[in-house]
Amino acid sequence: MNKRLLLGAEAIALGALDAGISGVYAYPGTPSTEITEYIQKYSQDHHSPVRSAWSANEKTAFEAALGMSYAGKRSLVCMKHVGLNVAADAFINSAITGVNGGLVTAVADDPSMHSSQNEQDSRVYGKFAMLPVIEPASQQELYDATREAFDMSESLRLPVLLRLTTRLSHSRSIVESTPERPQNQLNPIYAPERYVLMPHNARRQYEHLISVQPRLEEFSKHSWLNTLIPGNGKTGVIAFGIAFNYVMEARELFDLDCPVLKIGCYPLPRKKVEALFGMCETVLVAEEGYPVYEELLRGFFGGREIWGRLDGTLPRTGELDTDRIALAFGKHVNYGLPIPEIVSNRPPELCKGCGHRDLFEALNIVMSSYDDRHVFSDIGCYTLGALPPYNAIHTCVDMGASITMAKGAADAGLHPAVAVIGDSTFTHSGMTGLLDAVNDRTPVTIIIADNDTVAMTGGQCSSATGTRLIEICTGLGVEKEHIRSIIPLKSHLDENITVLGEEIAYEGVSVVIAQRECVENAARKKRNTAANV
Amino acid sequence: MQLNIILAGVGGQGILTIASVINQAAIHKGLHIRQAEVHGMSQRGGAVQSHLRISARKIYSDLISRGTAHLILSVEPLEALRYLPYLAPGGKVVTATDPVVNITGYPNLEAIFAELHRTDRPLLVSAAEHARQAGNIRTSNMVMLGAAAPFTGMTPEELESGIEKLFHKKGADTIDMNIRAFRKGLELSQQQASDT
Repeated sequence: MNKRLLLGAEAIALGALDAGISGVYAYPGTPSTEITEYIQKYSQDHHSPVRSAWSANEKTAFEAALGMSYAGKRSLVCMKHVGLNVAADAFINSAITGVNGGLVTAVADDPSMHSSQNEQDSRVYGKFAMLPVIEPASQQELYDATREAFDMSESLRLPVLLRLTTRLSHSRSIVESTPERPQNQLNPIYAPERYVLMPHNARRQYEHLISVQPRLEEFSKHSWLNTLIPGNGKTGVIAFGIAFNYVMEARELFDLDCPVLKIGCYPLPRKKVEALFGMCETVLVAEEGYPVYEELLRGFFGGREIWGRLDGTLPRTGELDTDRIALAFGKHVNYGLPIPEIVSNRPPELCKGCGHRDLFEALNIVMSSYDDRHVFSDIGCYTLGALPPYNAIHTCVDMGASITMAKGAADAGLHPAVAVIGDSTFTHSGMTGLLDAVNDRTPVTIIIADNDTVAMTGGQCSSATGTRLIEICTGLGVEKEHIRSIIPLKSHLDENITVLGEEIAYEGVSVVIAQRECVENAARKKRNTAANV
Repeated sequence: MQLNIILAGVGGQGILTIASVINQAAIHKGLHIRQAEVHGMSQRGGAVQSHLRISARKIYSDLISRGTAHLILSVEPLEALRYLPYLAPGGKVVTATDPVVNITGYPNLEAIFAELHRTDRPLLVSAAEHARQAGNIRTSNMVMLGAAAPFTGMTPEELESGIEKLFHKKGADTIDMNIRAFRKGLELSQQQASDT
C-alpha cells in the first residue's frame, strides 16, 4: 500500500493509471483539469506510455477515447459538466455501440457555479444515455471506484460515467493505492453490426441497451458504494455522492440518530431504497445538484413524506454543506460572528500586466466611436473584461459562441459585430463558426486574444497559437489582407487602435489576432526553468 | 484531536503553501486530513480560502461548519473578516496587516482592525516587514504560519520539518530563509502569549 495526499481529481487519475489505462483524453475545465494534469506529470516522471496530451475539445476527446476502447485498450476521458454538452453526441451514441476496452468518463460538476455558467447535473446525462453512473463520496472512494469502473465497463461492455463535484475534486485527503494492473493488449473489435449505427443496427443495439438495464441494477444492488447505515430516528436520509459526507458530519455534530442510505452507484438500488423507506416516516433526499432522484421518488402525485430541495427543506440551488443538512433537521446552527458590513466583495480580475488589459483598452476606444457598442465574447480569462474598469464585452454563453452570435447579430443588421475569443476557445469550437461567416460573407470582426495558452485553467497547452492561427484563418477562407496581427502592449496602443478601427469598419469577415504571452504562463516557465537548473 | 483551520487570502498570495506545510506535519503524525481549496476563476486576484481539517478520527466533510473553526489564518486583513461566521467561540484570528488593495472601496484599515479586535485577542502581524527581515518578502506566508503555529496542533519542530520537506528541492538557502521567517512569526506569537 502506498499513501499519498491527493486532490479528488488526482485520486481519479491515479485510480485510472493503476487500472491500466493506455490513454487519457480531455479538454481543460474547472474543476476537472487536475485529473489530466496529474496523468501528464506522472507519465513524464515515470516514462510511462500513457497517452495524455490535451484534445481540441471534449467531443474530439470523447471520440478518441472511444476509438482507443474500440482497439481494446482502456481509456479515460475527463471534462467539466458543460463539456459533456459538447461531447453529448458521442457520449449518448457510445451507449448504443457499447465499448470494448474499459471506458470511463469523469465529469466534474460545479454546483454553486464557482467557475461555470450553470450548475447542470451530469447524472441526468447518465440516465439519458441509460449508462451506469458512479458518484464516490471521498478521495479514497474515487480511487477505488475509478479502478473498479474499468472492470465494470468491460463487464457490461458499456461506458461508465463517473460524476463528481467541485468540493471533492478540489479537496485533498490521504489515498492508499494498490499495485497497478498492466495495460490491455491491442485487441480491436470487428463488429460493424454494433459500431455502424445505421438504423437497422441502431435499433437492435438500442434494444440491447434496454435489455441490459437489469444488469446495471444488479451492479448497483451489490455495489459497496451503496450502503445503509442504521439508525433509530423516524426521519431517514438518502444521501447521494458528497452529500453523504455532510449528512454524516451533521449526524455527529448534532447527535442525529437517523438511518442513512448512501448512494454512490446508479441506477438506484430499489431494495435498499425500499428498506430505508420501510423504516422511516419521513425521508430527507440530499443531492448535490439537481433534485433528480427526489423528483423520481416523489413521483407525479407526491404521496409519501419526502423532504428535499423541491419543498424548500434544502435550498433549491447551490452546494450543500453540513449546516444546510443540520437546518433541514431543525437544528440550531451556531453562525459565529457576522461578516462585518465593511467587507466588500473581491471579484477576480485580469492580472497586472496581462495583454487582455491592453487589448480591451484599445477596443474600448475604437468602439466608443459607434452608437451600437456590442462585443460578443467567450469563455476564458478575457471574460473578466466584462467587469469594471473595462466593461468591454457583453456576452459569454458557451465555448465558441462569440463568433456565431456576432454572425447572427450581423445577419440581423447590427454593425459593427465584434467577437473576442481566446486562442484555445477558437480551436475548441470557434473555427466552424468562422467558416459559416466566411461562406456567408458576413460583416464580422473576430478578435483572437492569443496568449499562447489555456490561461484560466492554469496554463495548459493550447491546440494552435501564433502563426498557426493565421494559417487556420487563411485556410478557412478569410481574405489575407483582413487577417491582421497586433501586439497588445501599452506602447502599441495607437497602432492597435488604428488596426482595430480599420478592421471593425470593414464590411466583410476580418480577423485581428492580438498576440502576447500570458504573464502567468511566462512566470511559470521561468520558475520551472530555474527549478530545473 | 480535531482541528478546523480556515486559511484566507487573495488569489496568488500562497495560502496553499501554508496548508502544505501543516499537511506535511499532520501526515508525519499519522493524522487524517481534508483540505478544500479554490481553483479556477477566483485564483485571479479574487478572494480565496482553504478549509483545512485535521483529526485523529475519520473526517467526513471537506468543508468546515459555521461556528467551528479553531483558527482563521489570513494573509490579508480584510479577508480575515470574510470568514468570521466560521469562527468557533474562543477561536483565534491570526492575520497579516498588509492590505491587498485591488478593489474600489477597500475599507479603511483602522475600521478593519477595529472589527478584528471584536474577536478574542486577535494576533495582527506586519508580515511583509518581518519577511523582509528574514531575507525575502515572499516568505510572508511563513511568518504567518509561525505566528499561527501555537494554534495548529503541531509543534514548531514538526512544522519546521514540514518546511524542510516542502522546500527540500529548492536548496538549503531557501529552507533557511523560510525557517527564519517562520521563527520570526513564532516569536511574535509567543510574545503576545507572555503579555498576559
